Amino acid sequence: MMKKIFARAYLAFVLFLLYAPIMFIAVFSFTKAKSLGNWTGFTTDLYKSLFSGASAESQNILSALGTTLLIALVASVIATFLGTLAAIGIYYMRGKKKAALQFLNNIPMLNPDIITGVSLFLLFVFLHISQGLVTVILAHVTFCTPYVVLNVMPKLTQMNPNIYEAALDLGATPRQALSKVLVPQLLPGMFSGFVLSFVMSLDDFAVTFFTRGSGGLETLSTFIYADARKGGLTPELKPLMTIIFLVILIVLIIMNIRSSNKNKHL
Amino acid sequence: MKRSSWAIPYSIFLMLFVVLPLVLVAVYAFSDGHGGVTISNLTTFFTDPKIIGSFLVSLEVALENTLICILIGYPVAYILADKKYNKSATTAMLFIAPMAINALMRTMATAEIFNMAGIPLGKGTLIFGMVYDYLPFMIFPIYNVLDKMDKSYVEAAQDLGASPMTAFRKVTLPLSLPGVLSGAMMVFMPTVSTFAVSEILTNNRIMLFGSVINEQFNNLMWNQGAALSFVMLIIIGITMFVGNDSKEEDAGGLVL
Repeated sequence: MMKKIFARAYLAFVLFLLYAPIMFIAVFSFTKAKSLGNWTGFTTDLYKSLFSGASAESQNILSALGTTLLIALVASVIATFLGTLAAIGIYYMRGKKKAALQFLNNIPMLNPDIITGVSLFLLFVFLHISQGLVTVILAHVTFCTPYVVLNVMPKLTQMNPNIYEAALDLGATPRQALSKVLVPQLLPGMFSGFVLSFVMSLDDFAVTFFTRGSGGLETLSTFIYADARKGGLTPELKPLMTIIFLVILIVLIIMNIRSSNKNKHL
Repeated sequence: MKRSSWAIPYSIFLMLFVVLPLVLVAVYAFSDGHGGVTISNLTTFFTDPKIIGSFLVSLEVALENTLICILIGYPVAYILADKKYNKSATTAMLFIAPMAINALMRTMATAEIFNMAGIPLGKGTLIFGMVYDYLPFMIFPIYNVLDKMDKSYVEAAQDLGASPMTAFRKVTLPLSLPGVLSGAMMVFMPTVSTFAVSEILTNNRIMLFGSVINEQFNNLMWNQGAALSFVMLIIIGITMFVGNDSKEEDAGGLVL
């Protein structure tokens, strides 16, 4: 009993540490003062000012948010498509080619962000491609796709390989067999891969920083970095951080409850 | 059409966006910028006191960060994976969730709290912030391994007369080492190469290796920057090679 209380208390303590900073931000997003810890009364002014785009700063934040979401969406859709095809291909491959491709697929996951960023920067310089939105999206596809492959792969190995052949034998075209038999089996893996890609794209800073060029493309990460270099947190970022934090937490909890319910039914 | 050919688009993509860029890092590292070949970019790594100094500081910070993350994170993962203490997967998720929140946001929040509390930014705040940022990456793979581990091994050890402590030391701990190893890999190298996080947490007082690489590229010294990246690639290659034996089964891969 003592042990149980101690274990629970330890978990609660670490959880508190992990969430304390973001909780502070959340609390102080409801007051007006610029510096943290300075409570000047409850107000939702920062939220209003963020979404009305009244100040130049909140306009910049909203446009950075838009760019971030656009990059994450496009990159994870491409990564999901490319990664699923690749996983199917790798699954049917044999021998050295298969091992080589799986090894290559691991490289972007093992590379630190800055190496991915620097190497892609050199690639775009070398190929004389002017850097901007497109190069950032390509770079994000590069580090997201391996995770899609990794999430789709187990679904393929769990699948009965004969059902695809059965569909073909029963007169389905390869296209129909793909869309009606294969894809439904792989969908959970594709979905996890997509969500993971999306989150990682949102989270990225270093790769974006090196591949965005000098055209003034700002994502939330680069905006926060510039903000930090200027020596302060733009007040309107506080409500935005609070909202993003809540959205991600709710999405993850829902996904988690859904998947643990599914496991119970097995 | 053979189904294995479905991997062809991705193979081409990998060649173009993974292999070629890494080759270019090597090419730039050994080039003097005027078409000649040189190793002077690489030798500055050892001779420039600022660069080698920042590299050593980075290794030290990364080592401390990794050790603290193991010390705090292992018990968390152990408790979470033990059905006696925790039955809900959602609780485990709460520990991993911060991974999904923008690292710069979390770092900025931490730095703001230090500022608020009047704690001067420096090495202490850097380590604290790093642990805060990377702890979930340590908990996740260890929890994964412990959660999947066959509990009957420990029961068998105890039935055969091992004390709980001995059973842990001789059974649970060795079986969970692959998780600790992938956790260490997810914490160590990213710490060495981080740049924005350390700048925010120390107010630019401490430059980690990633910041040095970034500075080189900022100052248009691409060849020097590429050389430092090349050094990192070699180190990663070595750690991969060393860690490869125990990483046969994927213990900490991010599979949801």
